Amino acid sequence: MKKIISMLCSVVALASMQSCKMKDTQSVVQGDAASKAYVAPGKYDEFYNFVSGGFSGQVTVYGLPSGRLLKVIPVFSVFPENGYGYSEETKAMLNTTNGAIPWDDQHHLELSQTNGEQDGRWLFANANNTPRVARIDLTTFKTMEIIQIPNSAGNHSSPFITENTEYVVAGTRFSVPLGDADVPISSFKQNFKSTASFISVDKTTGHMNIAFQVVLPGMNLDLSHAGKGPSHDWFFFSTYNTEQAYTLLEVNASQKDKDFIVAVNWKKAEEYAKAGKGHKVAVDYAHNIYDEDKQMATSTIEKEVLLLDPKDCPDMVFMVPCPKSPHGCDVDPTGEYFVGSGKLAALIPVFSFTKFTKAIADKQFEGDYYGIPVIKYDAALHGEVKKPGLGPLHTEFDGKGNAYTTMFLSSEVVKWRLSDLQVLDRVPTFYSPGHLMVPGGDTRKPWGKYLVAYNKITKDRYLPTGPELCQSAQLFDISGDKMQLILDFPTIGEPHYGQACPASLIKDKSVKFYDINKNHNEFVSMGEKKTNVVRKGNRVDVWMTAIRSHLVPDNIEGVFVGDEVYFHVTNLEQDWDIPHGFAIKNSTAADLLIMPGETLTMKFEPQKQGIYPFYCTDFCSALHQEMSGYLRVSPKGANTPLKFGSGNPDAVASTEESK
Amino acid sequence: MKKLTLAGRVSIAVVVLFLATLWYMPMWQIDLRAPQYPGGLSMKIWINDIKGDVDIINGLNHYIGMKTIHKKDFAEFVFLPTTMLVFMALGIVVFILNRKLVYYLWTGLFMLIALFSFYDFYKWEYNYGHNLDPHAPIQVPGMSYQPPLFGYKKMLNFEALSQPDIAGWFYIAAGIILVGISIYEYKKMVKK
Repeated sequence: MKKIISMLCSVVALASMQSCKMKDTQSVVQGDAASKAYVAPGKYDEFYNFVSGGFSGQVTVYGLPSGRLLKVIPVFSVFPENGYGYSEETKAMLNTTNGAIPWDDQHHLELSQTNGEQDGRWLFANANNTPRVARIDLTTFKTMEIIQIPNSAGNHSSPFITENTEYVVAGTRFSVPLGDADVPISSFKQNFKSTASFISVDKTTGHMNIAFQVVLPGMNLDLSHAGKGPSHDWFFFSTYNTEQAYTLLEVNASQKDKDFIVAVNWKKAEEYAKAGKGHKVAVDYAHNIYDEDKQMATSTIEKEVLLLDPKDCPDMVFMVPCPKSPHGCDVDPTGEYFVGSGKLAALIPVFSFTKFTKAIADKQFEGDYYGIPVIKYDAALHGEVKKPGLGPLHTEFDGKGNAYTTMFLSSEVVKWRLSDLQVLDRVPTFYSPGHLMVPGGDTRKPWGKYLVAYNKITKDRYLPTGPELCQSAQLFDISGDKMQLILDFPTIGEPHYGQACPASLIKDKSVKFYDINKNHNEFVSMGEKKTNVVRKGNRVDVWMTAIRSHLVPDNIEGVFVGDEVYFHVTNLEQDWDIPHGFAIKNSTAADLLIMPGETLTMKFEPQKQGIYPFYCTDFCSALHQEMSGYLRVSPKGANTPLKFGSGNPDAVASTEESK
Repeated sequence: MKKLTLAGRVSIAVVVLFLATLWYMPMWQIDLRAPQYPGGLSMKIWINDIKGDVDIINGLNHYIGMKTIHKKDFAEFVFLPTTMLVFMALGIVVFILNRKLVYYLWTGLFMLIALFSFYDFYKWEYNYGHNLDPHAPIQVPGMSYQPPLFGYKKMLNFEALSQPDIAGWFYIAAGIILVGISIYEYKKMVKK
């Protein structure tokens, strides 16, 4: 009888358990969330949010708190939409020592700073696959410069910057031999190196230049952040795989209990570089600059770089042990605390800069790593955040003494206090956040109002779109004690890190159109009367203009199969938001999208005779559909005379090389 | 011949001063607004120039076949300043002669110039709005695009508002002073 009763009891217990429901994700959205994220039609967002595109290779711009997509800025990938990477003016931007590369993996972004605060001038972006750093101008939202990084691979800990944008860094995640040496992979320990490159930025032009590379033992520099205030002179890099595994890293690079935070004194490094302690080595790397005056990108192959070896430069580099393959490496707004997030650790170590410098002064070292002093863990430690969650990755700050860390495995954001390391709040994200972002959250002056978590897994968040889903982002209001989810929005590519700044820093200096009088493109047509068609051998240059609603010339004859035709199209408009497009049938280049006052060039190589219509691809006006023309292509060797014009094409004929 | 009162003599200086503003500020403005131009477009007419978003307006007007506006096409920009300068110089003469009758004549001249100017402005607006290119891409039967001489008018997708600008208000004020003082002087004379 007792058995039966106990059996019945357990059945009842099981049944009641089944009737319990898992917590529904909907329940976390409370009351006034919608009104907090609502930006009324016609009203502006409070913040610009620049978001890395990951495998899209581009940068996207959102408004916060609405989550509205404002723009995709082409950076490391071709962008047929506006001809970036296809037009003659922009082709050189994607040039490398291995030729033009149409794609990259864009991970992190950093807004330029002055005195540790955002200044709204430039945005820097890294390319992870073929190591490069790009600079985007925030008056035009255009990529102005891309510099390739030699002696590196997997440019992940980049493009973080110092407080006055003195340097942008690029750190190696996939160690490689210097100088592209051909060595066995198994000789990793002897031959493979990681480098921390310091790229100087010109204060007025923004032009980048690799000032020096600090050569470090082969290991994976993962993320980085510059010091602030008291720690101004230092740059901190997290590193994993100090085991120096070169195969099955999943296991082999996760063996050690602790890896390191690498602290580089860049001020010292600068002095050593000046004092001639480095040595110059021959390398090749592309340096691509877009000249706004000539409206043309050029690519130069640079030939030399300065290497600094910590052996020759004492007190330049130190290692701080950090538990379990640290990922994020973040410095708080005061510059006193630096946080390493051991992605496989069950705690978050927080280091004190004061204790770190004291440990160096007192020589509290536990040994060295390839000659680089390793500071005792406890000597630099401020404390550990206990049981924060699972899989801590990245930390940002609100400027009110609190830190926010993403937990990849437990899929949540955890708020904790810097002073006593107490966990204050936690909210779920959907799902598995990578980076998080507080506007200005990695500067001296965070705007601690919102927090965005960029998630890696989306699953059921939006209407399904087949196997391939977008990535999700969630916006939290962090102005109160408790974090509150207020918006969930889809993103482009795979956002890693993002940056956000108050709209007021940028919006009023946004360029509305280019002054045509300052257009010094070699092939500009300053007015319809200056249009022309000129043949030189088999090269045909067409000086063309676009203005509502016609292209001049719009009839062109005397072009032959085998010719290289260059359409140099100048948009004569001088008004806001009147771009014109240009496309011609069967062209293998992409469309041109020409802003007012701009000149862009499409190269066209007709393969067959026939009539090729061309037209404006941007709905510019009420007569947009009429904005078209014809190119006649005759067989090779035909005697069709060169003829062009608009309105009365027969009236104008150009002599050869008349221009 | 009766002499001018003190108020009359002072008014001459004020009128000349008010008219001098024509060289420093626009006298008339025509504001245009359309859905595509949320910030609006504005044309500022000066005594000797036309400024503002003229290029943009010229670009738009070719759709409906309106002529483009160019400074050099306006003889008014030469004769209007000349006329006003002569008028202002005559003010000095009126001041020196110090006679009521001359003041009345001066006021009359002003009214004559003002009337002619408005007639000329209206005529230009009429031609601008009616003389359309017969080959214009957009032709609305019976539609003309004459801007309002004064006030508000809607034309296709554009709303137009025409009104005096700062110097224009000074000009109007000068006219009011001239007429007012003339009446004042006349009443004084009658009383005596």
